[in-house]
Amino acid sequence: MGLETIVASLPRLLDGLRVTIGLTVFAVCLGTILGLLLALGRSYGKRALSLLINLYEKIFRGIPLLVIIFIIYFGPSQIGFNLDPFSAAILSLGLRSAAYQAQIFRGSIESIPEGQISASYSLGMTKIKAIRYVILPQVLRLSIPGWSNEFTILLKDTSIAISIGVIELMRQGRYIYVREPDLALAIFLLIAFIYFLLVISTNKSLSYLEKKYRMAGYQTEAHR
Amino acid sequence: MHMLEVKNIHKSYCKVEILKGVSFTMEKGETKVIIGPSGTGKSTLLRCINQLSPPDKGEVWLDGEEVTNPKTNINKIREKIGFVFQDFNLFNHLSALRNVSIGLEKVKGIEKEEARKRAVEELHRVGLDAKAQQYPAQLSGGQKQRVGIARALAMDPDIILFDEPTSALDPELIGDVLDVMKSLAGKVAMLVVTHEMGFARNVAHEIIFMEGGVIVEQGSPKEMFTNAKLARTREFLGRIGALYGDE
Amino acid sequence: MTTNFGQFFLDSIPNLLTGLGNTLILTFISITVGFIIGIVLALGKVYGNKIINGFCVAYIELIRGTPLLVQLFIIYYGLPSIGIIFTPIQAALLGLSINSSAYQAEYLRGSIQAIQSGQMMAARSIGLNKLKSIQHIILPQALRISIPSWSNEFVYLLQYSSIVYIIQVEELTAEGIFIAASNFRYIEILTMIAIIYLSLTVVSTEIIDRIAKRFSIPGIGAAKRVSLRDI
Repeated sequence: MGLETIVASLPRLLDGLRVTIGLTVFAVCLGTILGLLLALGRSYGKRALSLLINLYEKIFRGIPLLVIIFIIYFGPSQIGFNLDPFSAAILSLGLRSAAYQAQIFRGSIESIPEGQISASYSLGMTKIKAIRYVILPQVLRLSIPGWSNEFTILLKDTSIAISIGVIELMRQGRYIYVREPDLALAIFLLIAFIYFLLVISTNKSLSYLEKKYRMAGYQTEAHR
Repeated sequence: MHMLEVKNIHKSYCKVEILKGVSFTMEKGETKVIIGPSGTGKSTLLRCINQLSPPDKGEVWLDGEEVTNPKTNINKIREKIGFVFQDFNLFNHLSALRNVSIGLEKVKGIEKEEARKRAVEELHRVGLDAKAQQYPAQLSGGQKQRVGIARALAMDPDIILFDEPTSALDPELIGDVLDVMKSLAGKVAMLVVTHEMGFARNVAHEIIFMEGGVIVEQGSPKEMFTNAKLARTREFLGRIGALYGDE
Repeated sequence: MTTNFGQFFLDSIPNLLTGLGNTLILTFISITVGFIIGIVLALGKVYGNKIINGFCVAYIELIRGTPLLVQLFIIYYGLPSIGIIFTPIQAALLGLSINSSAYQAEYLRGSIQAIQSGQMMAARSIGLNKLKSIQHIILPQALRISIPSWSNEFVYLLQYSSIVYIIQVEELTAEGIFIAASNFRYIEILTMIAIIYLSLTVVSTEIIDRIAKRFSIPGIGAAKRVSLRDI
């Protein structure tokens, strides 16, 4: 009996899984693009920009994700417009992730020897060209370990979107548990297993990427 | 009008004056070697010329254009001044071939296939066409430096600045690099900071001796080695000559 | 309107303080219990035999590979179905402690391994047995090196303790949301809450840094400020 119900609930869980993956992918994209811009702005921009970015990072790393999600979801309703839960979740996850990713990218930027820029300038490259063709490709390769770490963290953090009603994996689990309280443990263990599989497979694929793009001659920071 | 004019360059770091008024000129195809004790500003001088480290006072003129003028397009000028670094500074994420062709493609705007062809020629010129697809980490120090020279040459500069090009190399690899540099003499103007006395003696048109941030003496190799005017010059050349030997 | 807000603000303070108190209790207890379990796991992973090592690895990978919220749900909603019932706060403490222990185990393991070979050889060669070497030579250094990570972990727990709101624990965020919803003043209250968390983060980082300096030994660790998300 128990097994039947679990099998019957799989479609629901699959729906939730899809939403979870959707949240992760969108948030990662937002976080990566913004994080890269923040890191470049802080390392190569003027002082005022650098300070502003520093402030952004401190704020988004110093406030709990849950609070950020609530502000972004409930805040607008107070001043008259509504944000749907899915978008609010992506925005919150993405903005926060950008603050952490900026730090990762900045670490990579700083580990690139100054000579690379001197050489670029000596060839007549402008600052922008130097960043685009010499610095950025190396920064991205160096950042892969830290970035993959961040990816799995985002994956797990999507579970918090349950709090504003996004119907991702956790919430689907909740629906099922409410109807079949006896199966609660089984369902949540199953959900844990699904997350675990997702995390492991992402780690393995990103590990493969890291090996493929590793630049010989570079000491990437030992990542725990 | 001289090809390169360096006028009264002053440069300080952290309140210490490194260059205290350096002036000299260079003509097309000339090879000049700067020698002197470490820390006397020789490398700094090179970086002042291509503005990697702009001077505090003084002017640099290249082909009648004022390099030191803030209004000048420095990137355009840098296409005419090549730079070879002591630490090579090859682009780690690019193959040897790509290291040489990237300036052609992205700075001069040359079409990809044409840029590749030229890069192959330059690598051939420095004897490394076999290593075109290798990455910097896979090359020896001497090979890296030769790629660095090819990279500078590819831009077809009026002058190449060499900042102690062989100082970071194992002794047995120095010869290859010096041979490449010798082959360039007369074709491209070269301003070389080095301790390699053999090269200075046999290849340079003029030797400049710097100490304490100023030019102490300059002259042809013959003058400097056999008949230097100042005692200090004779002393330095004597000591270093003994240390680094003749070629 | 301002006096209204002022009054409203003053009225909310007692509740927020209770919430804050709960948040701090959750953070301190979890990090401490997490530390104790973490050391055991780290030592088990580095020095244990195949079985112990295997168990530690499994524990650490499973906990780090699943979201905190799932772990809390398993404890709070899942266990009752086989008869084990926890109150929200008990479940929260258990969940946060177990979660933290896995991450702390990894930091500690990294530090222990960084010190390990050279120091262990030296210790054994003057006659200390394995246990004493670990106790007197390895751990004192490893713990000092771990301080930056430990500082991160504290901030991490401080922030993630807010998640227990979802299993109905009345900590700071929960109180905040409740007040905000009843008065429809989301932006004001949530901003206040955000500021409180921010201040807590800054203050606690500062305090831990000071303590670290007190106990530091020249030449040992804590040279680099580690990224806040190193895991």
